Amino acid sequence: MKTLLSLTVNGRQRDDVVADNLLLVDYLRETIGLTGTKIGCDGGECGACTVLVDGRPRHSCLTLAATCQGRAVETVEALETDGRMAAIQRGFHEKLGAQCGFCTPGMIMAAEGLLRAKPKPSEADIRAGMASNICRCTGYVKIIEAVQAAAEELGQ
Amino acid sequence: MNEIKAPAPVHSIGVRMPMVDGPEKVTGRAMYAADFLSPDALVGRILRSPVAHARIVRVETAEAEKLPGVKAVVTGRDCERPFGVLPIAQNEYPLARERVRYRGEPVAAVAAVDVDTAQRALDLIKIEYEELPAYFTAAEARAADAVLLHEERAGNIERDVVFELGDVEAGFAAADLVREETYNCAEVCQVQSEPHAAFAEYDAERDRLTVRASTQVPYYVHLMLAQTLDMEKSRIRVIKPHIGGGFGCRTETLNIELICALLARAAGGTVRLVASREETFITHRGRPETDVKLKIGMTKEGRITGVDCEAVQRGGAYSGYGVVTILYSGSMLYAIYDIEAIRYTGFRVLTNTPPPGAMRGHGTVNVRFAFESLLDAMAVELGLDPFAVRRANLLKAPTFTTNDLMVNSYGLPECLDWVEKASGWKKRKGKLGPNRGLGMACSHYVSGASKPKHWTGEPHATINLKVDFDGSITVLTGAAEIGQGSSTILVQCVAEVLGIDVSRLRIIASDSAVTPKDNGSYSSRVTYMVGNAAVDAAQNLKGILVAAAAEKLDCRPEDVECLGEVYRAASQDQGLTFDEVVMAALKDVGTLTVKGTFTTLPESQGGKKYRGAAIGGTMAFSYAAQVVEVSVDPDTAEIHVEKVWVAHDCGKALNPLTVEGQVEGSVWMGLGQALSEETRYHAGLGITGNMLDYRVPTIVESPPIEVKIVESHDPHGPFGAKEAGEGSLSGFLPALASAVADAIGVRPSELPVTPDRLMELMEKRPPQAAAAGGKPRAA
Repeated sequence: MKTLLSLTVNGRQRDDVVADNLLLVDYLRETIGLTGTKIGCDGGECGACTVLVDGRPRHSCLTLAATCQGRAVETVEALETDGRMAAIQRGFHEKLGAQCGFCTPGMIMAAEGLLRAKPKPSEADIRAGMASNICRCTGYVKIIEAVQAAAEELGQ
Repeated sequence: MNEIKAPAPVHSIGVRMPMVDGPEKVTGRAMYAADFLSPDALVGRILRSPVAHARIVRVETAEAEKLPGVKAVVTGRDCERPFGVLPIAQNEYPLARERVRYRGEPVAAVAAVDVDTAQRALDLIKIEYEELPAYFTAAEARAADAVLLHEERAGNIERDVVFELGDVEAGFAAADLVREETYNCAEVCQVQSEPHAAFAEYDAERDRLTVRASTQVPYYVHLMLAQTLDMEKSRIRVIKPHIGGGFGCRTETLNIELICALLARAAGGTVRLVASREETFITHRGRPETDVKLKIGMTKEGRITGVDCEAVQRGGAYSGYGVVTILYSGSMLYAIYDIEAIRYTGFRVLTNTPPPGAMRGHGTVNVRFAFESLLDAMAVELGLDPFAVRRANLLKAPTFTTNDLMVNSYGLPECLDWVEKASGWKKRKGKLGPNRGLGMACSHYVSGASKPKHWTGEPHATINLKVDFDGSITVLTGAAEIGQGSSTILVQCVAEVLGIDVSRLRIIASDSAVTPKDNGSYSSRVTYMVGNAAVDAAQNLKGILVAAAAEKLDCRPEDVECLGEVYRAASQDQGLTFDEVVMAALKDVGTLTVKGTFTTLPESQGGKKYRGAAIGGTMAFSYAAQVVEVSVDPDTAEIHVEKVWVAHDCGKALNPLTVEGQVEGSVWMGLGQALSEETRYHAGLGITGNMLDYRVPTIVESPPIEVKIVESHDPHGPFGAKEAGEGSLSGFLPALASAVADAIGVRPSELPVTPDRLMELMEKRPPQAAAAGGKPRAA
């Protein structure tokens, strides 16, 4: 079965016919071509596919596209303003929160969701808010610093 | 008249510089192999063996080929030539021929218009197997009556290594204490963030192939594509896109990219092959399960008088890097401490499990765990401080070890001093209260293997610089940026020599049509070897620019001052802008292409005292010491790592930010192996092929890691630099075990130290030790 899906992706209105079993991550990557969102596991294990749905972090690999009817989906590609990085992107870049960069889009979207809900997160908040995202390069040390730097920049 | 800004050379080395490709990564623009989504690309899928060891009796693909939408079906029949990373041990085929040797081994593959069709086609392939006895442990495979996995490997031994240098028995006789222990380290896997992927385009009209693959070694992939497809190398182009980590699993050609290319050629088109996470686990190339039996003799002052070490590695079904791994395990007993007498026996055993490979800290980690653990236990027994034991056995650089490894720079003493002080060792050790403890250990690693696997007579590294009318400098390198920051370091090296800002430079990495060949990113070779080539290239370029400026300024080259982007004669106030210098240099010759190379010193290439003694030979060793603080829950036996202090001697931190990132990542990867990571199999079937059953630490249980960079200024490293990305890993494991021993009085000797393993040890504890909450006793 197919559904006419109407939603916004990164602020743009879209109407696409999608199969009911199409995953949001495949819709984003293959239907639209937004390949910033990554697939790092076989479903719900790593968090590389994290996007925001109505402002809240979601695993796009565990979400059917058709369930996003009328919702606002945001991916890592949405964060820049006029070609300049958002605070959370700058934090990850400058603090080396990204090494290989593959988990980074999901990490950044999880952090973005966290900062929207908690603009001044404690270290414990950061750890709890990003517990479902696995990074294999950094040991998370600089990811925590990246999120803290972004929170500080946003707080100014 | 050009306006001249306050001229001064710009420094790039030693600067905390974010990565040059960071913006692509944080914006989602970085393209990884699976991100190439050409609309005409076919979907590749692999059929894998359901049995661990069998003869392939019959392969029937006609039904699959007839299915509409199927464009290619390939099997072992299409793979006449084997591949393998070591020229002396190539016994693997992209798709199995005649025999399968591990469960999940690829036996056939299809390319179809979509995933569903590809999957249905796999279901239509019929393969008849005649099962053979399968061996899932080294001991089973070594049994006298075991069927051979490979006829030419007697006893299922891929390689045995035996050497004794110095008189070990005399060393034990001279010792005040001799102890022997056994250790077991479970098999672990890299679990890099990006599952394997390849994208192959075959141009049937021209018989040309372009492959994008998630690899650390595009050059080796190129060689193996040519070999297994029987194509001329000149018809192949290998491009490395962004890579989502590797940690060693991609330091050899994997069947994924070979199968993708086979399919593309068979289909006469483009094929995208993306492995699942489970398939990525099956492709494996992780760290082998290792049993270590270790005996050390020590004087009452802590001097090591003799070492006898036996290592047995469960080597999986194919050779891979096996010979090198088992040799590293022996050779790297040296070059960290001053030890004269060592006997080493190593067995690399072929088993019906997926082949391990060269995981971060290749060959050194599990033996280092054993070695440092036993040192700590013996120190406790002799009433010596673990730091004092290390200090009693330090090397004096420069030196050559007994097995002929060259050691020129040696920052281990400073590493020890820092972690001892920063952790408050002297004040806090033994005074942390019940169930809490401190442990320490040391480790080291090579900065690239001095003797390359493919001995072609070429330099070890080559860098090209292109300079043109626009005044930009393009660094062309084959060095594979995989997230470790190699492209950033190379740009920094060139910029530093020229004294210009990095913003004038671009870097293009790893496209065989454009960039010079490089052996790839493994054995921590890139900063040292390719960094040196970059320095050489930049110096050559600078010579050309200075000569051009001298001619323009009508002075001698030695009188030209290079002040950042301004070149001027010493006696003049007015100078030339960088653009003017470049244009002067282009006169008569046009676009500049400048080369730099690096070749290791012959004396760094290891010795000849035993077969394989070249393994371990390197231009420089990194050194690390670390202290780990733990608390142990007495009811659940759960270990919580409170903090890690680590000092790493990287010679010179070309980029302290990325050095810290590498050291933190290494320590943390050691933490995963120590506490929770383990690949397990049931009758050869991987049962941990996902990131829930294979427990990678999350941000929740990952400790703060305080990094101290120690700079011993290696005489031959680029600006004094050496390895930073591997050496700190192995020290974590024994430091953790020693911290646990300090906390609760029992010393784990099996990894990972999961709560169930530790609970078993705690239950065997003598009652008084348990009641005390744990002061260490003799191991």
